Formats: sequence, structure tokens, C-alpha cells
Amino acid sequence: MRIDPNKCVACGNCTYVCPMGAISVDPVIKRATVNRSECVECYACVNGMSHEHLNPTLVRTVRKLFQIMRVRFDPEPDVCPTAAFQPEELQWPRVVRRAFSDPRATHESTGVQGRGTEEVKTNDVTGRVQRGEVGITVELGRPGVGVWFYDIEKMTSALAQAGALFEKKNPLTLLMTDLATGMLREDILNEKILSGIVEIKVPVERLDEIIRLVRTVEQDLDTVVALGVGTRCDEDGEEEVVAPILSRLGYKLERAKTNIGLGRVTNQSVESEEERSSSIR
Amino acid sequence: MTNTLHRYGNAESFEDDYIVFATPANGRNDEGCISKLKRFLEMALPFNPVNLGDAAHGGGLRPSHGLQPTAHWKRDAKPDYRAVIEGVNEPATVAAVFDQRVVAEDFLKVVKEADLGLCVNISAGIDGAEQCCYSTGICRHSIGYSLGFEGHTEKLPSSDILMLTTMCGHGMVSANLANKMVDWVREGRRTPAEAATYMTRFCSCGVFNPSRAKRLLGSIVKKSDKSEK
Repeated sequence: MRIDPNKCVACGNCTYVCPMGAISVDPVIKRATVNRSECVECYACVNGMSHEHLNPTLVRTVRKLFQIMRVRFDPEPDVCPTAAFQPEELQWPRVVRRAFSDPRATHESTGVQGRGTEEVKTNDVTGRVQRGEVGITVELGRPGVGVWFYDIEKMTSALAQAGALFEKKNPLTLLMTDLATGMLREDILNEKILSGIVEIKVPVERLDEIIRLVRTVEQDLDTVVALGVGTRCDEDGEEEVVAPILSRLGYKLERAKTNIGLGRVTNQSVESEEERSSSIR
Repeated sequence: MTNTLHRYGNAESFEDDYIVFATPANGRNDEGCISKLKRFLEMALPFNPVNLGDAAHGGGLRPSHGLQPTAHWKRDAKPDYRAVIEGVNEPATVAAVFDQRVVAEDFLKVVKEADLGLCVNISAGIDGAEQCCYSTGICRHSIGYSLGFEGHTEKLPSSDILMLTTMCGHGMVSANLANKMVDWVREGRRTPAEAATYMTRFCSCGVFNPSRAKRLLGSIVKKSDKSEK
């Protein structure tokens, strides 16, 4: 992201809305500037702010007058008065910043928007996590801290070494050069993103061990981690296997996402495929 | 996405936060899903959601890229749910946000009855979601627990600010903006409802809960006023 210095009036509104705190007003040139190293191309500035299309010279003059008269104008805080943002045509590898940080950008690798996970929210039709299994999402950088790919690689390589099974359709998995080692493409390691979700699946017996491993690795990362654990409920809709393990690990469970099981496979291609395979069986 | 899973707060703070969302699964139930997604959102309207969203286009309150200067004095802060519904044009998660459990329950009953075939989830405090399922006779299929935040948590803002910012799980509501809004409410420059509206516009998928944000802003300011006295 860039801010057009010819349009910027240094109102400072954008400095507050950047989730990474990557925008500041340069006191020398009196314009807002973007720290390109810290900017994760999330587009929260250009997409989240409202834009006016005022004449920059006029706005600067009015602001100067108000300053001289010591009058404080109290404008809307989420507005760029001169539509000064200039999204750039991003090239590889910087483009991965946007793919992982702007929720509206689609990952070319998966065709999925956002950070590209399914967790258990479609489990009623995908059967991704079966009874006796747990799906774990290890989200690095969230909330609002950000993460470098070299730190993500520390986590993915540790999990790979532990024999965790990476979710194949996850965008991070698709950036691995080797699933067995969890190593990521070398050319993206020095890119920063808002957050990245490592998605794995392990037998429930290994949950304790994997969580402890994540806790160890996260101490070596310059960021925060949000952990999510998904599992299948029993026939009565109860879940009495995973919650006790998590409680023993010291987690106080407050919030969850509950798949209420209303999903059905309705795509005709899948239905006919399943009919065919059941007749073969 | 885990955009509603890791909201920060305790069970009590989730009392006015119930998100019911419908998701088409790629290659399983996404064919012809647009009309079903629209219908899901239409069905939510009579229950007065506090937000309605389409992950591909945004929520009921959106920024304007052609704002008139008069907006600084008179700005429309009414969510446009009709635009959300009409804007759904691709397979994406759609969500309805409620600030009362009983209303979410009533909505779930209607969704169950409609039998759209889409994957439907409720994201809320664990007990609240369980009660919703129990009262509507729904047998839970799967559950995804949030274990909260760990690692170098000293990098995070205060818990009060986290409760506000994590309502946009995609991280589009910055801690600096939330802090600024708390200050503005404290200084009487904006009401909690107005401050909540500004933050809501940044959420790109419409799951931000402006009702909870308004309550939180009010209580944060009240708390800090008390501690100063």
C-alpha cells in the first residue's frame, strides 16, 4: 500500500486504523507514510475507511486556518478526505502478504477467501474430523500482532517432526516445499502477514502432546498464538472426550463454534460419484 | 476461517453475542447455493439481527468510497441489510448476529425447518450455544473450541481493547482505533453507539457485534471513570 503524497493532507485518521500500526505522519514532509516492512497489505485502510474526494489544497488550507485560529474540527475518524490510498500491483513474493492478510483476497492456491481453513464448520458434509480425531488450528499472529513466515516455519517444522498431518487444502500447507519436514518456500520467509493458520489433524490420544509442543515452540516466536481444537460430538451431541483433556491442560473453555449438523451433500456430481462407488462396493 | 471463534471475553461477556452462520462446503454443497445463502439471510430479517454479513462483500454497515462532506455532521448509520442480501453472488459464508439468546434460538428453529442443506454453525459462549441447541432440539455434530491467546501475549493490548477488536476475527479493527474510540467516548466526543458504528464498518464480513461493542464501550469508560475517582 502507498499513500499519494500529492493527495495526503496529514489528517492522521489512517494512522489509527492500520492493524499493524504501519502508517505514521512524517513530521518532515508532513504526509502520512507507510512502513513497507511492517505493512501486511491487509487493505484495512483502503477498504475499511470511507473516502471523500476533496481538493487536497483546499483541505490543507482549511486545516492551516483552523490551526492558526486554534479551532478543533471534530471530523469523522474513519474517513480519508482526499482518497489518498494507492494500492500497488503486488508482485511475488510480496503478494502473499495480501493473500494471507486481506480477508477479501482469494488464495489462488485454494480458491478460498480469508485465511483458508475449514476447521469443523463443514464437518457434517466433509467428515474431515472423525470421532477419535482432533483438528487443531494454530493461528500465528492473531490478534493484531502479525507474524513473519520464518516464525511460521518454526512451528510447521516442529509439528511435521512430531508427525502431525497437515490439512491439504490449507493455504499454508500449499506453501510447504516438503510436507514431511514442514519447510516453507524459501522466497517467502521474509514476508510478514496479519496471521497464518496451521491446520493439522491428530488422533485424540496425541492432543496433550501436540498442545505441549505448540506451547514450547511458541516461546521461540516473536508473536502470539491462537489455538483452536475441533472434534466430532457423540451420537447424543455431547462432547466428553476432548474438553476434559483441555481442562487438564489448564484451559478454561469459554467460547466455541458449534456445527449443528444441518449440512447435506447436495452437489449432484458428488451424489452420483457416491452412488457409483457404493454400487461397486 | 476462524473469524468468530477467538473472541476475547468470559462467558458473561458473551451473553449478548450469538452468531449463526451458513457455509457452503467446496465441492459438497456449494452448487446452486447462492439462492440458499440469500434465503438464510432473508429468514434472519424478522428476528432483528444486530448485524448481517456476507464474507465476500461485508456487513450491514459499510464504508462509502464517495462520501459527501456533509457526512461529518449527518451520516447515515443505519445498516443496509437489503444490500447485504442482494449482494450475495458467490459461495461464501453468510452470518446473522444476535444480541439475545432467545432470538438466536427462534432463528435456529426456522433455519432447521427450512432444511437448506448448507452447513450451519453457531458461534457463541459454550453454554449459550449448548442451550440454543437444546431448546431447538438440535443434536450437535461437531464442536471447535477456542483455547484463547498464548505465546508472547505481552504484545497484546489490554483485555478491554481485546474484547472490542477480536469481534473482527480477521483483525480489521485495530487496537489503536479501539483505544481512540474509548477515549472519544470518555471525552464525550461520541456516544458509545456512534463509536461502535465506526468500528463495525471495518469488519469485512459482517460478524462484528455493534450491540456488544456499545455495551463494552460504555462499561470500559464507566470502569475507568470509577478508578480515577
